[in-house]
Amino acid sequence: MSEGKMNMDKKPNLAVDIAGLHLKNPVMPASGTFGYGQEYAPFFDLDQLGGIVTKGLSLNPKAGNPTPRIAETTSGMLNAIGLQNVGIEAFIRDKLPFLRQYRTPVIANFFGNSLEEYGEVARRLSDLSEVAAVELNISCPNVKKGGIVFGTDPQAAAEVVTLVRRHLSKPLIVKLTPNVTDITVMARAVEEAGADAICCINTLTGMAVDVHRRQLRIANGTGGLSGPAIRPVAVRMVYQVVQAVNVPVIGVGGITCAEDALEFLIVGARAVQVGTANFVDPQAMPKIVTGLEQYCRDQHEDDINNIIGSLKLS
Amino acid sequence: MQNFNTTILSNQELSPGYYRMRILAPGFVAAAKPGQFVMVRVSGGLEPLLRRPFGIFRTGFLPADCDGLPDKEYVEILYKVVGSGTSILKGLHQGDGVELLGPLGNGFELRPAAEQILVGGGIGLVPLYMLARELVKNGNVRLLMGGRCRDDILAVTEFERLGVATYVSTDDGSLGEEGLVTDVLQRKLARYPEAAVYACGPMPMLRAVHELCAAGKVPLQVSLEAFMACGVGACLGCVVKGAGHSETDPHYLCTCKEGPVFMADQLEWDLLEDRQDGCGCGEDEA
Ligand SMILES: Cc1cc2nc3c(=O)[nH]c(=O)nc-3n(C[C@H](O)[C@H](O)[C@H](O)COP(=O)(O)OP(=O)(O)OC[C@H]3O[C@@H](n4cnc5c(N)ncnc54)[C@H](O)[C@@H]3O)c2cc1C
Ligand SMILES: Cc1cc2nc3c(=O)[nH]c(=O)nc-3n(C[C@H](O)[C@H](O)[C@H](O)COP(=O)(O)O)c2cc1C
Ligand code: FES
Repeated sequence: MSEGKMNMDKKPNLAVDIAGLHLKNPVMPASGTFGYGQEYAPFFDLDQLGGIVTKGLSLNPKAGNPTPRIAETTSGMLNAIGLQNVGIEAFIRDKLPFLRQYRTPVIANFFGNSLEEYGEVARRLSDLSEVAAVELNISCPNVKKGGIVFGTDPQAAAEVVTLVRRHLSKPLIVKLTPNVTDITVMARAVEEAGADAICCINTLTGMAVDVHRRQLRIANGTGGLSGPAIRPVAVRMVYQVVQAVNVPVIGVGGITCAEDALEFLIVGARAVQVGTANFVDPQAMPKIVTGLEQYCRDQHEDDINNIIGSLKLS
Repeated sequence: MQNFNTTILSNQELSPGYYRMRILAPGFVAAAKPGQFVMVRVSGGLEPLLRRPFGIFRTGFLPADCDGLPDKEYVEILYKVVGSGTSILKGLHQGDGVELLGPLGNGFELRPAAEQILVGGGIGLVPLYMLARELVKNGNVRLLMGGRCRDDILAVTEFERLGVATYVSTDDGSLGEEGLVTDVLQRKLARYPEAAVYACGPMPMLRAVHELCAAGKVPLQVSLEAFMACGVGACLGCVVKGAGHSETDPHYLCTCKEGPVFMADQLEWDLLEDRQDGCGCGEDEA
């Protein structure tokens, strides 16, 4: 029996640490699928979460894409919301006061339309005491600005991370896109440029056709695929990134239940995010937290950290 | 607003392709307002993944003497079978479980008016029943109900039982008068120019209703549909174009949270697309 084996009277420890950010459990929402928290507050106490990740913010409000913006696909969905958000001003004025009543750390996801904008938003977020960490989205498939696609070119990615790092005095999580040939190249580039943690993956670019009308099913043409359909791809990429870098990795993509979350933890993710599953079941996340606790008991582990990276390769 | 696992009390075919489902829903009688909707998870598995939105047709109590237990609150939905989700729904029986999220959305604003005119197209009739139940307390209520054929005309006698005057029209004349529901509306508006109008149905119908009401300066509320993922304002997938919307200064309204009921002048009608905003009748008429 190793030291990690559990004393049956004690609650297993679910707390994890991400780059100095203390989470009481490894479960948090994926950006863009949980609004600004308030939308899901009627369904459970948000303090049950490890962290609260907010909808992607930009400097100015952003209107988003034409409709239809979403389509359902087999075990998944496509979206091209186009990063509609209230902008940083309104976020501070209208959204943060609500989040302040919770003890759970708030992680602000953000993006820019240019290098300058990335820097400016980072600077503004850096000043906010209610924001515990930031998540830099360089991966949205729906923004094409200035000819640079930050998320798919390692040099551009390093440049934006370096700049944001300079403007920021909080843990910096960089969220990667799966729409690249080798995600480990991107992961190493952002780690070197100063990322404290890596979050992967964002949505996979996809397309769906309405065969009756012979039209594309979302107005933007392409959209981001999310939900259970992408989980095996996400697990593979998280596994690869964990091998490639030293910073903690947050796994996201198609998690609907504790068992799905465990796949990510076992291949080495330090925490997980739940996205599309929130739409399917607004109580998915608290159920996952309970499920992780039960798994620890069943496996006679007193600490979830013993499960992280515990994949047996032979 | 709550999310819970519950039980189906009954599921009956009303007319070919249309069903009425009664679901146990504690708390709904006090909570649900006319014009609100629910999201139903039709399968416990991953197919189909997303919940399906349905208007609340009515709420009520199942009398205690049915089984000797305390009164049970229920919610009723009426649905048309159009695809995978509604096909699963129609196969469910009394005692089967479903997950229900609701009541959602804003609901109708009850406008004081001597003449209240409700316009329903096909399954768009659904949110009007609870509205009629409230409006009959304070004025004359008329229901103009349109459909392609007699099968599309639902639950009209239930409105009559409330004391609502009903006028039925069908495209093929198989029930009521032959023609469009908007022809009937035009006549009623000529007669009752002080009316308030409430409408739900396919987008082309709503557009025609809007034009008639705008011309007569009659206040109009419409209940819209949009493809929804979350139903609670989190995904921003269900937006429609608000008044003043333009390419350079976009203005989107969230159908699930700021709607599904809108005052007609909140919307940019020229830019509402028939394709995704119409009623779940699945009709393509231009
Ligand atoms: C607020 C709201 C209230 C609604 N109330 C009712 C109601 O009371 N009764 C009722 O029968 N239907 C209602 N609908 C429409 C209903 O949600 C759809 O018919 C249903 O989701 C179709 O599911 P499906 O899996 O059977 O169809 P799918 O397999 O998903 O699709 C089949 C066909 O239906 C069309 N469709 C799918 N979803 C929608 C939608 N949301 N709106 C319009 N067309 C759609 C698709 O374009 C497709 O052609 C409402 C929709 C909304 C947004
Ligand atoms: C409707 C929707 C909106 C999203 N918006 C954002 C966003 O603003 N910023 C971001 O970094 N990711 C965004 N994402 C991606 C999710 O955070 C997540 O990476 C992805 O959905 C995969 O996880 P899932 O399969 O659990 O949904 C969005 C996803 C969806 C479905
Ligand atoms: S359906 Fe998600 S915001 Fe309306």
